[in-house]
Amino acid sequence: MDDDQVFKALADPTRRHLLDRLFERDGRTLTELESELEMTRFGVMKHLRVLEDAGLVVTRREGREKLHFLNPVPIRLIHNRWIDKYTEHRVAALADLKHELEDTA
Amino acid sequence: MSTITAQTTQVYSVFIRATPEQIWDAITKPEFTERYFFGARIEVRDGRRFSAIGDTEWDEEVLEAEPPKRLVHGWTSAYDAVLAAEEPSRVTWEIEPQDGGVTKLTVVHDRLEGAPKTAEGVAGGWMYVLSGLKTLLETGKPLAG
Repeated sequence: MDDDQVFKALADPTRRHLLDRLFERDGRTLTELESELEMTRFGVMKHLRVLEDAGLVVTRREGREKLHFLNPVPIRLIHNRWIDKYTEHRVAALADLKHELEDTA
Repeated sequence: MSTITAQTTQVYSVFIRATPEQIWDAITKPEFTERYFFGARIEVRDGRRFSAIGDTEWDEEVLEAEPPKRLVHGWTSAYDAVLAAEEPSRVTWEIEPQDGGVTKLTVVHDRLEGAPKTAEGVAGGWMYVLSGLKTLLETGKPLAG
């Protein structure tokens, strides 16, 4: 699974939106995901396919339904590539500061 | 800050440049697990999955073991007093060879309905474990961390 596919998959607002929906609640069907987007079923399927090929979405069959799950491991691998145990604390501190200031503004 | 409720079924997957046998060994033998699983020495034998972190030791039931393809076991968060009081959940490891010397490893942690704090706690943990396992098998070294 190469990083190019992950970056390409993330470089699209609709696909990020689909990941956001799955982050809120995992294990959704195509029909559920489709109902929240102004897009044809075929369009949503195409985007999910790109996410699945990049390893960002994993599907599982449960009975007659195909459920979609967010798989954050490829994002973690990109994180590990540039952020190690020592820089992680500093990066997290700055990220927390940003959230803190922006949420209370 | 996230206000998202942790999922009662969680699925994680990673592609690793290794054979299914190497991955099986890495998830069932303590000399491997201690290098990527938060330092835990984990051993699968005699129908149980034994874990040890420092002085804390516990074990879980193995529900299915089909080396080097599939391992299903119970999960109890005995490493933390609060989490340990929750109901046991279940972990399934699926190991599927792909083309080109790559193997897909999928972890499903489910039956978490009676263990909301465990569900929250393991979400980041599995990401760390799987990325660490990939790094260990592909480079022979634990994650820088």
